[in-house]
Amino acid sequence: MSDAPAVATNTWDAAPGGVSSERKRLGRLIIAAATLALFAMLLVQALHTADRIDTGFANWRPILYIYLIWAVVLAVGLVVMRGELGHRALFILPAVLFTVSMVVFPTIFGLYIAFTDWNLSSTSGRNFSGLDNLRKLVHDKFFWTAMENMVYYVLSVLVQFAIAFLLAVLLNQEIRGRKFFRVVFLLPFMLSPVAVSWMIGKSMFETRFGPAATLARKLGWDQPAFFTDPWIARLSIMSMDWWVWIPFMMILLLAGLQALPHEILESARVDGATAWQSFWQMTFPLLLPVSITAVVLRIIFQLKIADIIITVTSGAPGGATDSVTSFIYREYRDRSNVGYGTALAEFYLVVIIVFMTVLLWLTNKWMRRFT
Amino acid sequence: MSATTPPVHYRHAGRNWRRVLTRTLTYAILLFWAAICLFPIYWTITTSFKVAVDITQGHLVPWLQYQPDWKGWRSLGLSPDTIREFSTPREEFLKRFRNSLFVALGAASLAVVIGSMAAYGLTRFNYRFGPFRNKDISFWFLSQLILPPVALALPFLVLYKELALLDSRTGLILVYTLTVLPIVIWIMRDQFQTIPLELEQAAMVDGSTVWGAFTRIVLPIALPGMVAAFILSVILCWNEYFFAALLTSTKATTLPVMVASQTGSQGINWWTMAAISAAAILPLIVIAILLERWIVKGLATGAVK
Repeated sequence: MSDAPAVATNTWDAAPGGVSSERKRLGRLIIAAATLALFAMLLVQALHTADRIDTGFANWRPILYIYLIWAVVLAVGLVVMRGELGHRALFILPAVLFTVSMVVFPTIFGLYIAFTDWNLSSTSGRNFSGLDNLRKLVHDKFFWTAMENMVYYVLSVLVQFAIAFLLAVLLNQEIRGRKFFRVVFLLPFMLSPVAVSWMIGKSMFETRFGPAATLARKLGWDQPAFFTDPWIARLSIMSMDWWVWIPFMMILLLAGLQALPHEILESARVDGATAWQSFWQMTFPLLLPVSITAVVLRIIFQLKIADIIITVTSGAPGGATDSVTSFIYREYRDRSNVGYGTALAEFYLVVIIVFMTVLLWLTNKWMRRFT
Repeated sequence: MSATTPPVHYRHAGRNWRRVLTRTLTYAILLFWAAICLFPIYWTITTSFKVAVDITQGHLVPWLQYQPDWKGWRSLGLSPDTIREFSTPREEFLKRFRNSLFVALGAASLAVVIGSMAAYGLTRFNYRFGPFRNKDISFWFLSQLILPPVALALPFLVLYKELALLDSRTGLILVYTLTVLPIVIWIMRDQFQTIPLELEQAAMVDGSTVWGAFTRIVLPIALPGMVAAFILSVILCWNEYFFAALLTSTKATTLPVMVASQTGSQGINWWTMAAISAAAILPLIVIAILLERWIVKGLATGAVK
């Protein structure tokens, strides 16, 4: 992994003793042999799958075990080859190998599927279709509705932030039963979104005898329906999402508030600032880094929103509540459209990467102006 | 009380009055939000003890408005009169429960082990891999958090079919480890940064290896952080639905998939659904009450510097 350590700065990196050239050669040999063996097995299995040769395994599972053995041999080889430095490399080797094999390989494979017309229910198998999927995507009205919805869902994070901030400030006061409130406020975050879908979406929002409908009728809404009008449906989905995720932001903000230096806030009070003034001039700016972390993290999670939508509305009415993820989920589940679904997912991934890069760049710039 | 100092008295009274008002408002908002948090849970648990007529009439308070009945729990085979008999729904439920437990614990353990190792390496040593330095490697790990599950789901589906990992708990554990690994690394990196180097240096002088110092000296100190990361990972994996719905079908389905498949069916059987939902959320409520401090610690580390 690591070539040679750079000169140590803040770490305890006195260059460890050298390794003899024989050990180096031996280590290199071990790694090369293992890698060759791995590729040979891969080749055999690939040929077997392509029906060129008879020897091979029934499925690719044994290759996975061979890969694991290769990883162990690689680790041993590194230690032999680099000694102390090899020991150090072992710390990140498992995580790096794991993430590379779990992310990079599927992503490359996904890119390939995205350019095919592969439909699991069609008999023709997978055929290269060039940019057809992309062309279809541009004209897919429902996909763009889903993209539009993602804008609303991401913006709704700001509402969550406002509520969470208020609750965190209140919880940070001298109050009785703080432990009780903290546990109760945390509860929604603990529950699985799918269970929440039933508890709130299917049962409390039930139009005949759900308590939310009963309440709405008492408040003068004659025939409450939470999932028929596009905007009301969107708000209903958002309200469930808020219910689950406000605790998350609240905990981050509360932790931030408790880490604030007491002396500064005290000095503001001594100077005669009102609570309102000291909040806007002291607490809020001091809490800005935590706030931004909370909002950015929350936006990252929000871009994956799907569970509640899949289980409550399946995108109804007319795709008005669809998120990109739930839309692609149905593209696969209902229409077995692996090729097109993957193309949409890869496109979405690119959009997310661009969006997050811009967002991080903007927040960085903004933060620097404040500090 | 004295007549000579009315201004002070007045000011004091005014401030007191405002204090009472803000206090009242604070408690009002907090109690209101507590009610919002608790009502759906209360509703689900009480509904699991209702019969059809209590549901259609929208009864809320047990014993006063309706007589609690074990109907919902009986249909799951978890009521007092059925608990000793054999029950297919119960077997089914327990199977899903075991799957969820096994997958969540497995993924969380794997993520904490390899995540802690990576986090330690990244805080202590200078790595260089081609043009990439520690900062880049860290960012690369954390950036996996951005990756939407949907971009991986379909390739995984195909790959898992080839690897015979479809509908297996091992397959789910691998995917879940991937999703929680960035969070674990984030938390643990923060933990290790707070541990002074001198301790390890002293151990090294005494002839300990890097790994010896790590396991004997650093890990015990970082244990609270690891526990927090572990609990948070377990909760996230336990609740995961998207991958479980796509990658499992019969053998390895988890609790959320079972809950979702029941809601999907027509003519929902309210008492059964309420009982399933209640049974699915009760372990988490217990965990929340017992381990609130650890969960908060896990969430707050890393975000608050």
